[in-house]
Amino acid sequence: MSSPAWVASSASEIRVAAVRVRHSAVVRITHWITTLCFLALLVSGIEILISHPRFYWGETGNILTAPLFKLPIPASRATVPTGYGFVLRDQNGWSRYLHFQAAWAAVLTGLLYMICSLFTGHLRNNLLPAGADLSWRALSAVVVNHLRFRRPSEAEARSYNVLQRFTYLLVIFVLFPLVIWTGLAMSPAIASVFPAAVTVLGGQQSARTIHFFVSVLLLLFFLVHVAMICLAGFRTRMRAMITGRIGKEMEQS
Amino acid sequence: MSRFSRRKLIATSIAATAGASGLAAAASLARRYGLIPPDAGSIYGPGETLTYAAQRILTQHSLAREFPRSEISKTPFANEVDPLGETFRRLQEGAFTGWRLTVDGMVARPVSFSLPELKRFPRRSQITHLACEEGWSYIAEWAGAPLSHVLDAVGTLPQARYVVYRSIQSDWWESIDMADALHPQTLVTYAMNGDELPVEFGGPLRLRVPRQLGYKSVKYITRLTITDSLKQFGKGLGSASPE
Repeated sequence: MSSPAWVASSASEIRVAAVRVRHSAVVRITHWITTLCFLALLVSGIEILISHPRFYWGETGNILTAPLFKLPIPASRATVPTGYGFVLRDQNGWSRYLHFQAAWAAVLTGLLYMICSLFTGHLRNNLLPAGADLSWRALSAVVVNHLRFRRPSEAEARSYNVLQRFTYLLVIFVLFPLVIWTGLAMSPAIASVFPAAVTVLGGQQSARTIHFFVSVLLLLFFLVHVAMICLAGFRTRMRAMITGRIGKEMEQS
Repeated sequence: MSRFSRRKLIATSIAATAGASGLAAAASLARRYGLIPPDAGSIYGPGETLTYAAQRILTQHSLAREFPRSEISKTPFANEVDPLGETFRRLQEGAFTGWRLTVDGMVARPVSFSLPELKRFPRRSQITHLACEEGWSYIAEWAGAPLSHVLDAVGTLPQARYVVYRSIQSDWWESIDMADALHPQTLVTYAMNGDELPVEFGGPLRLRVPRQLGYKSVKYITRLTITDSLKQFGKGLGSASPE
């Protein structure tokens, strides 16, 4: 997306210029802050979850009401019937603190990313799929390449292919907003200001249940994302996301 | 090239200065409008401050959601309570006639209220949601005296900023700021679902703060202390619970 710092005047110079920036500084910085926040939210979220690994639908739910479903894991509260003969340590104190701190950092980083993506054209150039990529033939070719674990072509390695674009758009514009919304909907203070944010979801317990499912989808995205990085070449991809440069290996492949 | 980097250096330092002074100005404004929480200095201070400030700005005139009678939970859950001790047992045997709520600190007239005295304040009731930070919840009807009326009766001093409230359980206390303390739905609660407040739900006296999670609604309250600073209470973080 970003252009070389000088204008290439000959073929040999073009080769040099080809070792160019793969990810802009904003993308790299926000990527790694978001990664840290995600891991902090995941760990603290699981910690909070084990104090009551039961889920409900509607406004209310507790151990005296029938759950929608429960997770087959031990709990950190003796009052929760889990079937296990032991109770895990309660660490909700730091978990709640860390969850909120990381959530704020993630939201502010996300806002910075959104604003920059709009102004630099990252959204238009790298995330929105090009019209030609949306044909049935192009889409099926990408899917087939993925299923055969083919390494990406050079053009693909420079930007995102159409499946990546769809996935990133889904994560950025659907899953992140949903997880923030359902998280806020669990707050009695926020519910007092925006009651519709809770009732639209079906109630406070529904918000908690949706929050859990969206978190599972985000974890799934995270695992597949890391797996794809490993398949596509861990070192070059990591270098691209840390230094911003595509390595020589990728140029030749 | 050197001119370019000098220009860049100047621009960067101007931006940094503007950023730093902007932050300083924001901090001083936030302090003036009471947007800084007591635990702002901890390692989780930035997150806590953003949450607290956002709540103070957004919830100025908001009321906790109230529900129709049909939504009252058939199976409310009381949660487990540590052993209440000998003093509580003796008071319970005397049908809580000896229960007192002492209101002291930055007040014109410190008073120790009996339950009948508290029941003489205008009775307010509300059907609200109690959500525990653990994840479970129920809806019940709560009735009691608005804390604002109790505070009016003792005459809180203008410099009051927080109300610290203590349970009969040793070392168990919480605090709220004046915005929550004076909120019309904050009740010194003595009744639940049309009956006396059951002991397992905090009877005879519980502070209900329905715009906050359940742990702010402390059971068995015996003392309210009005203060301008939480520094002298525990670790100064505003609650007995932060680990």
